[in-house]
Amino acid sequence: MTVTSTTRPRAGSKASPAAAAAGGKAYTPYKFWFYLPTAVLYSVLFLVPTFASFYYSLTRWSLFESKFIGFENFVTFFQEPALVKGFTNTLIYGAVTSGAKVVLGLLLAVLLTSRIVGRGYLRSVVFFPVLVSTIGVGLMFQVMMNPERGIINGALGVIGIQGPGWLTDPKWALLSIAAVDVWKGVGLATLIYIAGIVSIPREYMEAARVDGAGSFETFRRIVLPLCKPATVTVIILSLIGGLRSFELIWAMTRGGPGFTSDVISSVIYKQYQAGFYGLSTAGNVILFLLVTAIILPLNLFLNRKEVDM
Amino acid sequence: MSTAELVNHRPGRSYLLSAVAIVSSIVVFIIPFAFMVLTAVKDRQQAADLSFAWPHQFRFAQNFVEVVKARDYMLVIAYINSTILTVASVAGMVVLAAMAGFVLQRRKSRWNPFINFLVLSGLIIPPAVVPTIWVLQKLGLFRTMPGLILIEIAFGLSFCILLFRAFVATIPRELDEAAIIDGAGPLRLFFGVIFPLLKSVIVTVVVIQSVNVFNDFVNPLYFLPGDKNATVQLTLYNFSSQFSTQYNLLFMDILLITIPPLIMFLFFNRQIVAGMTSGAVKG
Repeated sequence: MTVTSTTRPRAGSKASPAAAAAGGKAYTPYKFWFYLPTAVLYSVLFLVPTFASFYYSLTRWSLFESKFIGFENFVTFFQEPALVKGFTNTLIYGAVTSGAKVVLGLLLAVLLTSRIVGRGYLRSVVFFPVLVSTIGVGLMFQVMMNPERGIINGALGVIGIQGPGWLTDPKWALLSIAAVDVWKGVGLATLIYIAGIVSIPREYMEAARVDGAGSFETFRRIVLPLCKPATVTVIILSLIGGLRSFELIWAMTRGGPGFTSDVISSVIYKQYQAGFYGLSTAGNVILFLLVTAIILPLNLFLNRKEVDM
Repeated sequence: MSTAELVNHRPGRSYLLSAVAIVSSIVVFIIPFAFMVLTAVKDRQQAADLSFAWPHQFRFAQNFVEVVKARDYMLVIAYINSTILTVASVAGMVVLAAMAGFVLQRRKSRWNPFINFLVLSGLIIPPAVVPTIWVLQKLGLFRTMPGLILIEIAFGLSFCILLFRAFVATIPRELDEAAIIDGAGPLRLFFGVIFPLLKSVIVTVVVIQSVNVFNDFVNPLYFLPGDKNATVQLTLYNFSSQFSTQYNLLFMDILLITIPPLIMFLFFNRQIVAGMTSGAVKG
């Protein structure tokens, strides 16, 4: 017992990957059955529904029986104006929130790593909304964005601006929700950028300064390129979150007025509530395809450049 | 101290910039929370103004009692449900993800790329809602608390596995070898030697995921509908239509729901930051 176990793991650790991969005979304390509970849960509750969604999106479905109808659900999805609106809104929402989080997050991170008074306080206050319940934030801003009595339009009125009906005007509803999303989520982007900036070796900055670079030059030539991994993380995370966003929209407008602030996730919920399970599942499949079609190429593209550097 | 100060070239602190930053932070971030607290303690009439004004009278205790009592102590039941949900699902996530992350990091096999792919898919792919309900129904777990707990675990595993895998990589293999020489089997090795060493990352995972699960609205909405099992987020959502004329009570409810994350934030700020930025530098 002791003899075998003294020799084998050591051999395993030295020639590590190859020896373990050759596997089979060699004793390993790293058992595959450690995966078992995870694998069962993940397969049953995540993989099976995901694969099943591809079939059921092609059916008229009542949970108990399903009738195959081909691509009818998808046709409906792209013909019904309300549903098409949800599709385009998802793209707008994802692009706006993720773009704003990258820009604001980077600016805030540069600010919060510089020597300013109250840095700790500022970091905390920017980050805290990340942890607050999305529904709570949504309801809070819904009240503050009240067109006649809300404090946002009240404050704008003081400086002589007639604020729009943030959530009641179809032109503004989606963008207002996106703004609240940025308010809530920018702290995470800032945090990621701060970690990226802090990890830049000090010598680079000094060298740039010796070479006579100004602050903007240093930012553009040193900080920006060396923050690339942080940027990639922020873009990917906020896009994944933005494209799937549901809670904030549901709390603030429920897709309204009309269906002008609907996104795919809220369409999925509405169709589910209405009992159109096949159509709802088709929405899920479209969301799945949309997210992968955007995230995968983006990930490859962004990470390839990182390797070059 | 930090690198960015060199960007700014300034030997001293910039007081003007600081002042601008602090004032804007108050306007953008403090005022909404102050508004929430003030509205929560106002009386009904004044709260209906929706204005940012000092309360005529402080009715913290009355509003608190009224919210708690609303709809037969719904909020208390919801807090109990949310606590059960959070504790059980986070505990499950930690144990399962630590085991999987440990083997995934230690044992190099030709399955690893495939497993890593599955882990990343779990982060990216939006869960298919109705088919999940269908599976839960077949298992008899739809509309049950155990069903929702398993759902939360399944959806949260990916993130946890990534954190655990990264942390296990920092534990020297010599420790495993020493334990095996001393006669530890796979289970003893993991639970007796490795698991205790994961303490710091476990704290991170527990804090982040408990905030996530506590704040989750979508999964309870889909998989555990009905008043009997309502979680705090669902209760808040339901109150929002019931209290549409009683903003003081609505904001009191929001305030009560904000307190647990606030406590987490005050005590575990460092761990939250560590967990959320891990991977940011490496990409």
